[in-house]
Amino acid sequence: MIRSYWMAGVLCASCYGLAWAQVGEPAGMVKHVRGTVSIERAGQKLPAAVGAPVLVADKLRTSDDSAVGVTLKDHTLLSAGPNSLMTIDKFSFDSTTHDGNVSVGVRKGTVSVATGKIAKKTPESVDFHTPTTILGTRGTEFVIEVADGKED
Amino acid sequence: MRWLVPLGCVLLAACASERVVLLPATDGPLGAVLINPGKGEQRLDQPYAASVRRLGDNRLTQMSAAEVQERYGPTLKAQPKRSQSYIVYFREGSDELTPESLATFDRVKAEIKQREAPEIAVIGHTDRVGSDPANDALSKQRAATVRDALVAAGLDSRLIEVAGRGEREPLVPTADEVAEPKNRRVEISVR
Repeated sequence: MIRSYWMAGVLCASCYGLAWAQVGEPAGMVKHVRGTVSIERAGQKLPAAVGAPVLVADKLRTSDDSAVGVTLKDHTLLSAGPNSLMTIDKFSFDSTTHDGNVSVGVRKGTVSVATGKIAKKTPESVDFHTPTTILGTRGTEFVIEVADGKED
Repeated sequence: MRWLVPLGCVLLAACASERVVLLPATDGPLGAVLINPGKGEQRLDQPYAASVRRLGDNRLTQMSAAEVQERYGPTLKAQPKRSQSYIVYFREGSDELTPESLATFDRVKAEIKQREAPEIAVIGHTDRVGSDPANDALSKQRAATVRDALVAAGLDSRLIEVAGRGEREPLVPTADEVAEPKNRRVEISVR
């Protein structure tokens, strides 16, 4: 079991090699928690509390009857409903120029999005992705549902 | 024979379905979502337009507000409060708020109190009277005044980002050395 986690970690590191430089940088903050929500960071599972920072490479996981709301630094609003897994794959933001990039993954469950200042300035630097599909946005609000998603 | 299809779904996970729904814009114009499943891009640009993926195919469909609420109510309810921006104005050449702005400042404090984990960005600006370095310093001083007032009102200073942009971003464009009250301001955004 431990070995398979290791493998997943190695695969992930190569998948998101580009984001590696941003890993651990602050991306946003937990603004709302209902039920049981955890943040998975560098192999650790932390309980998500209101006011907790969200960092690049964090995974947010919700249980049955649980939900979490996160505001990113560029004012992007995210929420994940019950039994969801959302990953903050990339995030950088210059609050003076509003340049930056956002990449958020929905592995399973439902995630709602209201895009922020980066999407307004350079929509092409914002993406959301599911296990099969990449979504681009043109300054907007939407919901993504992944019915039978991935567990990690 | 009917049970064969659902059984196939379970065995092959072939029914792994995904769905994306565009919502009406709460503020600003309705945008669009571009969906790229690897072959053929789809575009959602009407409220409640949806793309549903089933058996490896993405199809466009139309949902209703009621369906979206029923399916995604708990998710949407968890969305954080939208950010809110305020502008307070200053007396010429000073870091003293105008009397009207004191009232705005009370609204800012009330908004912050309503939020569970507020974060605040405070950005100072000046008009074009004076040199660039002097205005950079003044804009920072104005932002610092606002930050100090927020801290005095009980806010954790670590949750407040402060910046000064001098005369670079006037709200009302003017020639150099023109006094313009609307440019002597601090923008406070609460998220």
